Order: sequence, then structure tokens, then C-alpha cells
Amino acid sequence: MRQIEADTITQAVERLCMEANYFLGQDVVDALEQSLKREESPTGQQILRDILENARIGREELSPICQDTGFTIAFVELGQEAEVVGGSLDEAITKGVAQGYTKGYLRASIVQDPLRRINTKDNTPPVIHVEVVPGDRLRLTVMCKGSGCENMSRFAMLTPAQGRKGVVNFVVETVLKGGGRPCPPLIVGVGLGGTFDQATYIAKRSLLRPVGSHHTEAHIKELEEELFEKVNATGVGPQAWGGRTTALAVHVETYPCHIASLPVAVNIECHSHRLKTTIL
Amino acid sequence: MPEEIIHIKAPIDEKTVLGLRAGQKVLFDGVFYTARDSSHKRLVELIEQGKPLPIDLQGQVIYYVGPTPARPGQVIGSAGPTTSSRMDPYMEPLYKKGLKGTVGKGERSQEVIDLMKRYKAVHFSNIGGAAALVARSIRKCDMIAFEDLGTEAIHRLEVEDFFAIVAYDTLGNDMYKEAIKIWGKEESRIQ
Repeated sequence: MRQIEADTITQAVERLCMEANYFLGQDVVDALEQSLKREESPTGQQILRDILENARIGREELSPICQDTGFTIAFVELGQEAEVVGGSLDEAITKGVAQGYTKGYLRASIVQDPLRRINTKDNTPPVIHVEVVPGDRLRLTVMCKGSGCENMSRFAMLTPAQGRKGVVNFVVETVLKGGGRPCPPLIVGVGLGGTFDQATYIAKRSLLRPVGSHHTEAHIKELEEELFEKVNATGVGPQAWGGRTTALAVHVETYPCHIASLPVAVNIECHSHRLKTTIL
Repeated sequence: MPEEIIHIKAPIDEKTVLGLRAGQKVLFDGVFYTARDSSHKRLVELIEQGKPLPIDLQGQVIYYVGPTPARPGQVIGSAGPTTSSRMDPYMEPLYKKGLKGTVGKGERSQEVIDLMKRYKAVHFSNIGGAAALVARSIRKCDMIAFEDLGTEAIHRLEVEDFFAIVAYDTLGNDMYKEAIKIWGKEESRIQ
């Protein structure tokens, strides 16, 4: 068994939290630049330029690109021939979040109890997803998920008869209902199939793909392209001030599902897509 | 199109409020107070209990923001807008106290649009997620009330050339609905 120190994980999480919040990914920057070429609304163009300028300031001044530095979600792929030593995996990640948010001047946005609502003051706890995979490495992805967009996410149990058309309508309706609240241009993550829990999980996982990359299955790639066209035809545009750029990308992930079901989850992500990965 | 942008002062006078129209781009100079979910809840509780408020809302503009902590030497951290509609349930008591403007992101409920008509107030939107850029137009930040709420505490901001767009005016005009009418295409209709 290959051993990985808990402290190494803590340090990695601390660093990834800061980097995710200061440095907008090149895939998002490229998608913004592409959309700027297509955008017809002068106001929409100005918003896209401001978003790119904001990313430049974040990068150069180590400033959080969004004041909502998000709920920290850790996606861990733990090789089954690796073991974490010197502490628990959950504690190591949680400590990394606390350190990253405190040292990095990131906002503490988490309340301990959903009803009593007292701030935990260091953005802990994170949400942690662990998958055990072949190999002896630990792949760690940190997503800092803003709640303006998370709040506009939706789920539906469609019927098999509603099929592909039902899915398309539900996704477009979700984007229209969200309007300007989730800060378009968006990255729309769709989870199709599985169970109630699995659909929402794969919707979120789809956001880990490079922005604008496509599903490997041809018919799902076509669905992504159709959704992208339709979402951008809504006219919502940057910040819902009107225009052609409502989404930078639509990602769809699927999972087998029950003969009675067609679950669909739409996880909305904003242009301020904070995501960083490392391999330990 | 910079020639369309007008400068306005905060707090806002009645004449300016009445003259603003949805879609008008503005640059604010003056004073904003910050407040979001928890501080709104407290303000409205104080009003319901008949207690004095920590700020006089007459003519004021509230900016819906919870900034990141300032680094040493910074006035404020990143400071973009939060979602306006979460404050919808708290609006009427604040308008009754003289609040004239709010700044945030995204649409508001029809109920709030109607309240703005009744109480002669306007709502502005600025660019969500451009928080490091927005912070550059904030020159001063002072703690005013509810310090225990951390980022949700009420701060007094001095702003200069703070960019926003009129989203809803005192006549009930709606910039968001107009945008969809202008830019929406037939193929996006739900079938």
C-alpha cells in the first residue's frame, strides 16, 4: 500500500481553495472569449469584457473573483492501493478548507445549522465525495460552488414517456426560471438517469469536465449541442440583461435508470466557475 | 455605450428617482449601506418591535452584498452583488421607512415591483461575479451595525463611479422582461 500523509492532503486542499478562488480556469476564459465573438448585444459584450477583466484582476492581485467564495466541495478519487495515514481523510480535507479560507481572505459562508443559522466562521464543513478507484494515487478536486447559482438548480422525476423532449423542456425551463439570479453566462450541468441521489450527483460531476467538452456518446453529445442552442436562444443573455450568451456550455452525464423512471437534475453553475485539481 | 451612462448621487432625491427609467445605465457617487439576508431579518424585526433602526433609511440605497475579508491595506475585499429576490419578503417595512433604492443581481417578484410603484423606489442591478472589479469603485467601508453577523453586517460604503443599470423603475417598467422580448428567439419556446 502506498501511504499518503493526511497533512499532505490538508496542504493541498488549502492551496486549491485559494487558487480556485483567485484563478479562473483557462477553459472558462477561452469560453468567455469565444462567446464574446458571438454576442450581438453591445451591453452583453461589455458584461463579458468586464467578467474577463475581473478574472485578470483576480489573477494579478490574488483577489477572489467572486465575493461568494462558495460551499467547498471535495471530489476525491482514492486509489484502492493507497492509504491515508496520520489522520482521517475527512478531517484532513476539513482542516485544509478552514486554513485555505482563513489564510486566503476568502469569505466564510457556511452556517452550522440550516434553521439556527450561526456562521461557522471558517467555511467548514465541506461536502466530500469519495470514490474508490484502481491505482495508488489520490486525485483531489476542489470546487467552490456559489449559492446564487446552486439555488437555481432543479430536479424532476420525468416519466419515460416524456423522454428526450421532456428533458430538453425541463432544462430550458430551468434556465428561464433562473433568469439573472444565477449570474449568467452559465455552465449547465445535467444529470440524467440513476436514482434521486445519483442524478443530482452526476449533474454536479458533469461540471468537473473542461468547459465545453462533450460527452463521448454521440447521441448525448447531440443532446448537449441542442440544449446549448436552445438555452442561448432564450435571449436571457449575460446577467439576464439580454443577449446571445446565456450559457458557456451544457454538460450532460447519464447513468442507467429504472424501467419506471427518467430522473433529470439540472445543476446550475455560474461563469465564476471555481475548480482546481491535483494528484497526490 | 458610455454616452448613455448618467451620474447619480446616493442617497437619491425624489426627482432623480422619478426620472429614472428601466434600462438606464448609471454611475453612482455617494453612500450605500450594505445588507443581505440576516441583516434584513434583523432590521424588519426592529421595525416590528417599534425599536429604532441603526441607520436612517430616508432616501438611502442598500447594496445587497456580503464582501470577502479585506487584505491588509485594502478598503474592502471582493464585493459583487448577491441575489436580490431573497430580500423580497422584507421590502415593504423598509420602503415605509424611506428606502429609495436597492442594488443587487437578478429579477424581483411582481409584489416588489408593485411596492416600488407605490413607494416611489427603484431597483438597480450590477454585474454578478465581477466582484474584484466592482470593489474598485468602493472607496471607504465602515462597520455600522450587527457586527456579529460577519460578512452580513451592515456597512457604510463610499462609492465612486459605481456602475449599475436601472432594472425596475417607479412606473413598473421591467428591464429583464424587455430583454427577453428583444432577444428571445422562437426556437427556445417550451414545446
